Parts: sequence; C-alpha cells; structure tokens
Amino acid sequence: MGTSTTATQGIDPGGQIPSFKYTWVERLKKGDEVTHLITLAAAFSIILITALLVWQLWSGSKLPRHAFGWHFFTTSSWDPISRDFGALTFIYGTVLTSAIGLVIAVPLGLGAAIFLAELAPRKISDTLTFLIELLAAVPSVIYGLIGIFVLIPILSNFVVPVLKKALGFLPIFSGPFYGVSYFSAGVILSLMIVPFIVSISREVLLAVPNSQREAMLALGATKWDVTWRAVLPYARRGIAGSIFLALARALGETMAVTMVIGNVAQIKVSLLAPGYTIAAVIANEFTEATGDLYLQSLIELGLVLFLVTMIINALARVLMLTMGSHEVSE
Amino acid sequence: MPSAKPFNLKQLASARSVRFGATEDQTDPTPEPKFTVSDLNFFYGRFQALHNISLVIPTKKITAFIGPSGCGKSTFLRTLNRMCETVPKTEVIGKILLGQADIYEFPATYLRSRVGMVFQKPLPFPKSIFDNVAYGIRVNHRDKASNLAEQVEQSLRRAFLWEEVKDRLHQSALGLSGGQQQRLCIARALAVNPEVLLLDEPCSALDPISTAEIEDLLFNLKTQCTIVIVTHNMLQAARIGDYVGFFLSGRLIEFDTAKKIYQNPSKGQTEDYITGRYG
Amino acid sequence: MRRRYPPLTKRITNVVMLSLTGVCAFMTVSVLFFILGYLVYYGGKSLSLSFFTQLPAPVGQTGGGMANAIVGTVKLLALATVIGIPIGGLGGVYLAEFGTGWFSFLVRYTTDLLNGVPSIVMGIFVYGLVVLPMHHFSTLAGGIALGIMMIPIAVRSTEEFLRAVPRSLRESGMALGASKSETIRNVVIPAAINGIVTGIMLDLARVAGETAPLLFTSFGNEFWSKGWLQPTASLPVVIFNYAISPYEDWHRQAWAAGFVLLAGILMVNIFARFALSRREHMVRR
Repeated sequence: MGTSTTATQGIDPGGQIPSFKYTWVERLKKGDEVTHLITLAAAFSIILITALLVWQLWSGSKLPRHAFGWHFFTTSSWDPISRDFGALTFIYGTVLTSAIGLVIAVPLGLGAAIFLAELAPRKISDTLTFLIELLAAVPSVIYGLIGIFVLIPILSNFVVPVLKKALGFLPIFSGPFYGVSYFSAGVILSLMIVPFIVSISREVLLAVPNSQREAMLALGATKWDVTWRAVLPYARRGIAGSIFLALARALGETMAVTMVIGNVAQIKVSLLAPGYTIAAVIANEFTEATGDLYLQSLIELGLVLFLVTMIINALARVLMLTMGSHEVSE
Repeated sequence: MPSAKPFNLKQLASARSVRFGATEDQTDPTPEPKFTVSDLNFFYGRFQALHNISLVIPTKKITAFIGPSGCGKSTFLRTLNRMCETVPKTEVIGKILLGQADIYEFPATYLRSRVGMVFQKPLPFPKSIFDNVAYGIRVNHRDKASNLAEQVEQSLRRAFLWEEVKDRLHQSALGLSGGQQQRLCIARALAVNPEVLLLDEPCSALDPISTAEIEDLLFNLKTQCTIVIVTHNMLQAARIGDYVGFFLSGRLIEFDTAKKIYQNPSKGQTEDYITGRYG
Repeated sequence: MRRRYPPLTKRITNVVMLSLTGVCAFMTVSVLFFILGYLVYYGGKSLSLSFFTQLPAPVGQTGGGMANAIVGTVKLLALATVIGIPIGGLGGVYLAEFGTGWFSFLVRYTTDLLNGVPSIVMGIFVYGLVVLPMHHFSTLAGGIALGIMMIPIAVRSTEEFLRAVPRSLRESGMALGASKSETIRNVVIPAAINGIVTGIMLDLARVAGETAPLLFTSFGNEFWSKGWLQPTASLPVVIFNYAISPYEDWHRQAWAAGFVLLAGILMVNIFARFALSRREHMVRR
C-alpha cells in the first residue's frame, strides 16, 4: 500500500472518521468560490463597459439633443459657424453608399456562395472559402489605399466613361466625375462586405437538409432548378440574415469610405458626386470640432450609428435563428 | 417457449476456476460493510431515477451491479461518490454511510479521494503518462517530490501497466492503446489510495483481451480495495463478482452472493434477466 | 423506363446560371490576389531598411521611415492584449463553466452588442472615458480602445473551445478529488488551450489593422512616444494620413506600410486557421 500523509487518514471500516479540515491554503486552491467570483467579475465588467459606452454616447450628446430634438434628423445643414447641425446629409450618404455596396455585393456574394456550397467539390470549396475568409481579414485602411490609388483610376479611366455613355442620361449618373464619390465608396464597400455574405450564406446553404434537394432532383429538375426553387427559398431567412449583417458592417465602415468619398457635406442625386457618411464625418472632424455643440453633434451622430447597427444586427440574428422554421407549416 | 435454466454452480465454479484457479466459493458468511445504503431515492429534476435502495456493500470484495440499460445502476454508482452532484437539479434523499460516516458530512472532494471512480470510456488527460497518474496525488496535496515518482510507479504496478510504460513515462498518454489507457485510468484512480474503487462499465469499450486483463487486475486488487463494478455484461459479473445486485427500473430487485443470484435467484425478474429473457 | 430529360431551355439556363456562379466565386477570390498583388508590387518596391529604422522625415521632404509607427503598433497591441484577454478569457470561462440563467443571457447579449459597435464609435467612447479626463491623447487610451474591441471575440472563442471539451473528461478530473475550479484549471483549460490561443491570435490580427478607434485616442506622433501616456504613431493611422496627403513620397511609404501590415495580419490568419483545421482533422480521427 502507498503512504498516506497530511490531513487525510484512511477511514477504518469500523471506526470514526477523524474530524476533517483542509488547511486554509488547500481551501483556497480548492475554492470554487474564488474562481467563480473572478470569472463573474470579468463577465460583469463586460456588461459594465457596454453600459458605460451607451451612457457616454447618451450624455455626450445632450446639447444637440436638447437644442435640435428630432429636427436633427431632418436638417441637411452642417454649419459650425452658424452652429446649425443636422444629420440628414450624412444619413443620406451612409444609406446611399451602403445601398450601392449591397447592390453589387449581394448578387456577387450569393452567386459565389451558391457555387461553393452546391457545385464545387469539397476540396476546392474549402480552399476558395479559406481564401475568401482571408479577404475578410484585410483591414479597412488597406482597402482605402487600394481605393485611392487603384480603384479610382480604374473607375475614372474605364468604368465611368462607359457608364456615362450608356446611361449618362440618368440623373444618378449625371455630372462630372472627379474620382471621389458615392459611387467609389459604394464599390469599395461592396468589396469589403462580399466576404461576409459569401461566408455566411455558404454556411446557411450547407445547412439546408439534403432532403430538400433530393425531393426536387427526383422529379427530374436541373441543378440550377433545385438551387433556385428548393434550396434558396428554404434558406431565405438565413441569407437575409447574412445581408443584414453585411449591411451593419457597411454602415459602420469608416476608413475606406472616408478615403474615397470626397468628404463633402452635400446631398446630390448623382452617384458620381462626392459626399459624406456618418462615420466619415466623425473621423474627419472630431479632433477639429470647435465648441461643445459641434463636438456633441458628432457624438450624437455616433449614437445614431450605434443604435442603427444594433437594431440591424439584432434583426439579422433573429432571421438566422428562425431559418427553416417556416417550412414546418408548408 | 421453454424456460432456460439459470446458471448452476458447477458452471459458475468452472468459469471462475478457468480464470482464477478458485474452486471454493469465495464469499464469507458475515461480510464487513463498507457502504451502507438506506432508503436511497434519487431525482433528476422531477423524474425519480432510484426508488428506496437499501443495501450493504461489503469490504474488500467485488460487488457487481447488473441490469438492462437505463435501469439506474450507473446512477446509483454515482451517488456513492457524490458525482451525481455535478449535474444540476438533482436531489438525493436517504442515507449513505462510508464505514460509519455519512458521506454528506464532509466535502465531496475529500470523499472522492477515498472513493475512486473509473469510467466507461478510457479518458486519459492530454498530458504525459506520469502526469496523468500524478494528477490525483497533486490535487490531493500529497506530492512530496521525493515520494511522487515512487507513488506513480506503485500505482502503475497495481494496475499491471508499469512494465509496458516504464520507459515512456513522459510521453503523451494519448498514444496508448485502448486497453492500456483504461489501465492508466485505473492507475490514476489508485494513485490516491482509495479504499473503494467504483467502475462504471469499464470494459464495454474494450476488446476481449483487454477486458480479461482488467478483470484479472480487479480480482487481484480486491484484497487491497473494495471494488464496486457496474456492468451490462452478466457473464462478467458472474466471472468476477462476489456479490451481485440486480437493478430494474430504478429499483434494486435482488442483492445477494453471486452464487445465489446465478444459481437460485429469489425473484422472477432476476431469473428472467439472467436467463436472457430480456436485456 | 425512359428517363425524363429536362427541356432544352432549362438545360441552357442551368449551364448559364451555374457558370455565372462560378464566375462570381472566381471574381471574389481574385479580389484578394488583386489586393495582394498591388501591395506586393508597390509596397515591396518601397521597402527598405530605413523604413524599419528611421523616424519620419519633416513634411515635404523625402526619406525617413516608420520605426515609431511600428513600435507604436506593437505597444498598442501589447496593451490591448493585457486588457482584452483576461476580461474576455475569464468571461468565456464564466459562460462555459459557471453561468446559468438570465445573467448569462445578459452577458452574451452585451458581448454581441459590444462586438457590433462600429469602431469609430468605440473611439468616441474611449475619448470620453480616457482622453478627456487626462486632457491629452495617449497610448493608454488607444490600447484600451483596442483591448475593449478584443473582448467579444475572446469571450466567444474561449467559451466555444471550453464547451468542446467532453463532459466525461471533466468528470474524470473531479472523480479524483479535484474541485471544480481545479479541474477547470488543470484539465479543461489545457485540453482547450490550442483552440483558445489560436482564437486569440485571430483576434489580435483583427485589431492590429483597426484605424478608426485610434484617430482620437492615440492620435499620432511624428517622434518617438515615450512611456504609455503620450500620443503615439501607429501603422494604420500613418497609412491613412500618408495616403490622403499630397506627397508622392508619402504615398510610396503608405504602400510599404500597407504591405508590412497586411503581410503580418495575413500570416497570422493563415497560420491560425491552418492550425485550427488541423486540430479538427485530428479530433475526427
């Protein structure tokens, strides 16, 4: 038999158990309470930080909220001199650039996702997905770099002239093109959100049970038919979720957008005109803001951005969680 | 359908003699109690898994529990070392005594250093063989450096694993075969010198040869350590059990010496199970 | 029995649409090579030893390097790690091992919320939290901003890998007389550590490229930043400032910096993802 030491004696079958006590060091080491407390503190601090963030945004935007109220969202002027600030211009720019981004990225991303989930053999699909997910790791400022020096020249020299020749009569393609514009920002945004759409949609599509596909195939449908009529409808909520997530990202994108949009506070119908977004104006003017009203107006813009992305992210999550549940009734 | 005969003593004796060379019945008439269980009821939330279990597990014998799947024998085993507490919303009503002491009167971690457990699936920690065995020793704060290597060696010897691993103590335990891993888990449990070793279907994931090795091990171990084993393999219980308990639907139907259970069971349900009417 | 062939129109649509999806996939992947290609070409051309060792030259003059920005980024990331990983990792342990009920739900919800905060808004937050009280920009503020951004992913990654450790392994540890926290420390975390570390590496790579939160926290510095309480240059911010400047030389340097930054981030990503997928293969066996 081995040797026993310290406080732990064997219990004789007929005898009493000696009064048992851990030393205080042993208690500490064994103490579940301490670990529980430490991890609880960490978890709690996360809640604390988030609460602080919301409070900062709210209290830091007190002046403009009281001064302008809801008017803030309907005014397009942004004038530090007359101290009249309104968010409309930036909301317009944010929505417009994100819309352009989605219009380009969704078909592209969905198409790629279909290819990777339904068509490509496993190894190719995995490799390509790996590469596309690497794309998601490229920082915003690098996209901006490419945007300024590569994308804008390409757009100026090749794309926009063709666009103007073909569709120049449309108001959205009217006016001169100086490179920096809503359009350029929209294009660079689309490049940034495509990997998210591809990655998430691909997983969503892979999660569609095979029974859906087999049912249609047995009826003699082509692969495309199966995808278009069986798989996509089943997955539509998950795909919608991925689009919402991409949208939330696009709305908050700062660096790449500010580098190619021109940073001019104006509302123009033409996509080829320069503009401004919420994130861009905050980035550019925050450190130069003179006076509290100015600074706090920027903070209020930040609050707006925060709330909007929060809502869209929540919507996306709900969509993705309820995917497929609509099938039960069909 | 003709009813099959239960095992007779001759079959039982011959089965044991082939393996262990015993020809006499090994059970003695008044065993000393190791565990005394009185009116044990166990609940998972609102579901009652064990109903009024009362029995005495004798010292330094092998007690085997048999019964069909889901009958509660594993649940019962886990109440003996309070492992049932790791699942939330469980409730234990009744009394369990280890020797003379109520097991709820001292910390569960201490209890488990006296009552070891080996699980169905061999699960070595992702560490070296040495560290696996030393884990229990360290956690129970008995590791004095000079002594540790000796304790580890001793445990490995008791588990009949020393010869096979003595040259690779510091290699990962995950490189061992299934049977070796299970013996390592036994060595790990033995390292803290428990008085009782609980085994929950320890051989069900192993091949017959490894199973035989472990049965040999347990047979040799019982002189040092009380052994309680849950098994779905009746023949295993017949081979190595001194006492056998039959569980059905959370109730202890019958508990007696192995000879009695297999030769002449009192309850019809026991006989049905033994003769393979259901399983 | 005759097989039913789809009509010709359907077959043509099939081929056309499926080819289009292939084109989409190809185009998406090519963006990566497109970006890499330009960075390697323009960035590689401009890289030199002075890039790594010299301070920026005065505005308008050519030459100089980004030594201070490189060091600044390293300091910021170090600070971010110190802040983000303990909170995120321990929070993940809480969720995986101790948490139940509404509090866990709240923690998870706020973690997701924090994850979705646009990086510029994070900058506003830390500006009010740290910069204003201190009355100046600092490395500390930038590190705090990046650290907070690291928390949600650290939590998620830690929780996920801890949960992946099988219950029976924990039980084996506890059955030997170890308490819950001892088992977590000695058995569960070591079993999950590979995944956790790779998750942290990916997390770090993500915040390494963040620019917006630094714009009004660590701000920037033409010179060396001493200690932790002064503003500091950082690679992403310098890339931004140089790229939008009118100076050709600065553009050149922006490319070089972009190349270095992206190379670092991609290498970490490739290594980490590769390590993770290898683990999956091993476990499946």
